[in-house]
Amino acid sequence: MSSHFVEVQGLAKRYPAPGRGEPLTVFEDANFGIDKGEFVCIIGHSGCGKSTILNILAGLDEASDGVVVMNGREVAGPSLERGVVFQNYSLLPWRSTLRNITFAVQARWPRWSREEVNAHSLRFLELVGLKGVEQRKPSQLSGGMRQRVSIARAFATQPQLLLMDEPFGALDALTRGMIQEELIRIWEETHQTVFMITHDVDEAILLADRILLMTNGPQARVAESVQVAIPRPRQRTDIIHHPDYYRIRNHLVDFLVNRSKELSGSAAGAEAQVGRYPRIVDPTREPESAVADQETCRQAAM
Amino acid sequence: MIHSLKFRAAIVSVVLLALFLGIWEGLNAPPGDTEPLTEYEKLMGGASQEARVPQPSAVFSLALEELGNPFYDAGPNDKGIGIQLGYSLYRVLTGFFMAALVALPVGFLVGMSPLMQKALNPFIQVLKPISPLAWMPLALFIIKDSEASAIFVIFICSIWPMLINTAFGVSNVRQDWVNVARTHELGHLKTAFQVILPAAAPTILTGMRISIGIAWLVIVAAEMLVGGTGIGYYVWNEWNNLDLTSVIFSILMIGIVGMLLDAALASVNRLVEYQE
Repeated sequence: MSSHFVEVQGLAKRYPAPGRGEPLTVFEDANFGIDKGEFVCIIGHSGCGKSTILNILAGLDEASDGVVVMNGREVAGPSLERGVVFQNYSLLPWRSTLRNITFAVQARWPRWSREEVNAHSLRFLELVGLKGVEQRKPSQLSGGMRQRVSIARAFATQPQLLLMDEPFGALDALTRGMIQEELIRIWEETHQTVFMITHDVDEAILLADRILLMTNGPQARVAESVQVAIPRPRQRTDIIHHPDYYRIRNHLVDFLVNRSKELSGSAAGAEAQVGRYPRIVDPTREPESAVADQETCRQAAM
Repeated sequence: MIHSLKFRAAIVSVVLLALFLGIWEGLNAPPGDTEPLTEYEKLMGGASQEARVPQPSAVFSLALEELGNPFYDAGPNDKGIGIQLGYSLYRVLTGFFMAALVALPVGFLVGMSPLMQKALNPFIQVLKPISPLAWMPLALFIIKDSEASAIFVIFICSIWPMLINTAFGVSNVRQDWVNVARTHELGHLKTAFQVILPAAAPTILTGMRISIGIAWLVIVAAEMLVGGTGIGYYVWNEWNNLDLTSVIFSILMIGIVGMLLDAALASVNRLVEYQE
């Protein structure tokens, strides 16, 4: 029925209020799809339920309403078909770097021989540029290296959908930039389907094919789906010179600063949606008016 | 000249020891004989009627003698120190490992299941503060064997720290690591052995270390009660013999063996420790 590889329908999360009050709705009526090979980022302010959506996609959390369908089957519980890269890396500290990867590879292909598992794991460690530190414990690695291990672990299991929960949130800007480039390179090779949470507008534009924007919680919604029509391969240093870059960026920032608040709450949020689906926006094809006005105002102010 | 902290600490230790032994030796020196003993005095066993704590030099020479031949067996009341310590160690280790067999699985269960934690907690809270020796009469009555009763007492005192630490370690394994197990579709058993056990191992080992310390404390008292063999019985027997030199020597040996037991578990602990 659905044409998307992953189909999120009417997803909501509510927490029972203490006492007898109305339950607290974190987000509701979230509808979106992810196509095979697509890189989708989701942005929203803290408390809008992004992480909860990701955990529901992973099968680690349960929705109060709605379903997630992947490949025609409803998501119920965690699965190796959906790899997760956690924000705090979540490596097992008593295992060496290599053993952290083989842990996942063994779980994925229980019948593989030890040699096959090791070779496969080493290949993915190499892919993230971590050759030579196989025997080190995670505590002996820098934050950036740990997140690389975590990414290698997720890619090594070759899941159908890769979920990343603010994977670069805890890294310094330089390391973050390097790993973003590595992620782009790996993604170009594998065309892995990715769903990623980020707070960083530039990161989202650099990586994503499409960016989902959420209004503020409680009662948050997925209000817009912004196309990033900047051709690939993209590079961190070049992309900012692309003529469409700032139009997209301004649109995103405008949403986060102004409209995410205006649209917050049930009724206004629903208005932003077209039917049940978020409005599809391509800032590069929109009439210049709104964005351009703001831009001129900003320039005038300077 | 700046020496390492370790070196300076060693010097202070040696000075303190020498001071302590010197005072001990000096305070308990027998009075010098001013004149030869009379026939009567010889018959009565010496001039001084005042009992004294044996001097360290006496303890030292006894230690040399005992440790030179630790495993002799000259009847029920005269066995080498090695044999007595061996009996005690055998009881402690048997009771300790039996306790581990019970405490680790039950601790896992309590740590994993909030229901079992709530259900078993009242029992644990009541049983834990009971002095292990209080079980002795009941154990003797039911088991009808003093040897097994001593082991039971060790079992019952070793179980609590291990059980409580295992439950605590297991229930406090970081949710992130459990989530890693879940997203990799690990079964219950694999999750327990590949994620929860290694994550909780340092806490569990700490519990085991506390347990073996307590077990070694308790075995001395238990053997004083049940008698027959063991270092506790040895201490009490030498007291009855009024051989204080042997009492002091065995006190020292109890301390050394206890230290070695703790060091053994500490080195196992280092094997399973990890840095986050």
